[in-house]
Amino acid sequence: MVKINGKDVNAAGLTLSEYLKRESYNPKTIAVELNEYIVSKDSYSDTLLNDGDVVEIVNFVGGG
Amino acid sequence: MTPSEEEMLRAFEERHGRELQKKFSAAAVAVCGLGGLGSNIAVSLARAGIGRLILIDFDKVDVTNLHRQQYKASQVGMYKTDALSENLREISPYIRTEIHTVKVNEENASELLKSADIICEAFDSAQAKAMTANIVLESFPEKYLVCASGMAGIGSCNTIKTRRISKRFYICGDGVSDVSENGGLFSSRVMLCAAHQAHTVLRILAGEFEV
Repeated sequence: MVKINGKDVNAAGLTLSEYLKRESYNPKTIAVELNEYIVSKDSYSDTLLNDGDVVEIVNFVGGG
Repeated sequence: MTPSEEEMLRAFEERHGRELQKKFSAAAVAVCGLGGLGSNIAVSLARAGIGRLILIDFDKVDVTNLHRQQYKASQVGMYKTDALSENLREISPYIRTEIHTVKVNEENASELLKSADIICEAFDSAQAKAMTANIVLESFPEKYLVCASGMAGIGSCNTIKTRRISKRFYICGDGVSDVSENGGLFSSRVMLCAAHQAHTVLRILAGEFEV
């Protein structure tokens, strides 16, 4: 299990970009932290999610 | 009559305590975007006696900004950087402001933000917000970042919150209320989110890191 935004999700074995695509995130409006470190956008496709990983996906919406 | 610098400092110390005011006075905070969030954040931080503000926005004051942003009708057409530093100086005459009338992008962000201790992201577009968050978290792991997402519409005040995503990364707002789907922006709710951001800055400076 991977903890994503506080919930246990069956996503181990997927790359980050596969997971983001599956959940329909727009890569241009997010920031992703893996185990408290930012994942650069260039690395989404070769970042493999493992059991026990903690992922925070911050999705920004417009307005300010 | 404008108070002297010494009188202003004594007043800050009386309200915040001498030790804390020393930290506020020594701090440099960057505000990226001087609209509804950024202009209100800057006013709160100026009132708190933050020593130096780095104010960044490429845009001019428009009549449609006046309903929620800290500008005056007489300032329509001025660059927001110029108008806001003028207004901040009326509130806190000895504040140091560093203004940059530019659009932040991936090429110039690091140079603009390098001297800040804490960075407030206060843009309106979701893409600009995400770009800023990614650049700051990648380029400046030692700095604190306070972002905002979700403050549009006339929804309840009580859904606006501050969350700590990781050690140095905070985000304020309800996380979901997008301006394109929520029928505009209201001064009070945007100010509330800006107040969350400004207060998070003060708490970080005070060494209170939990939300």
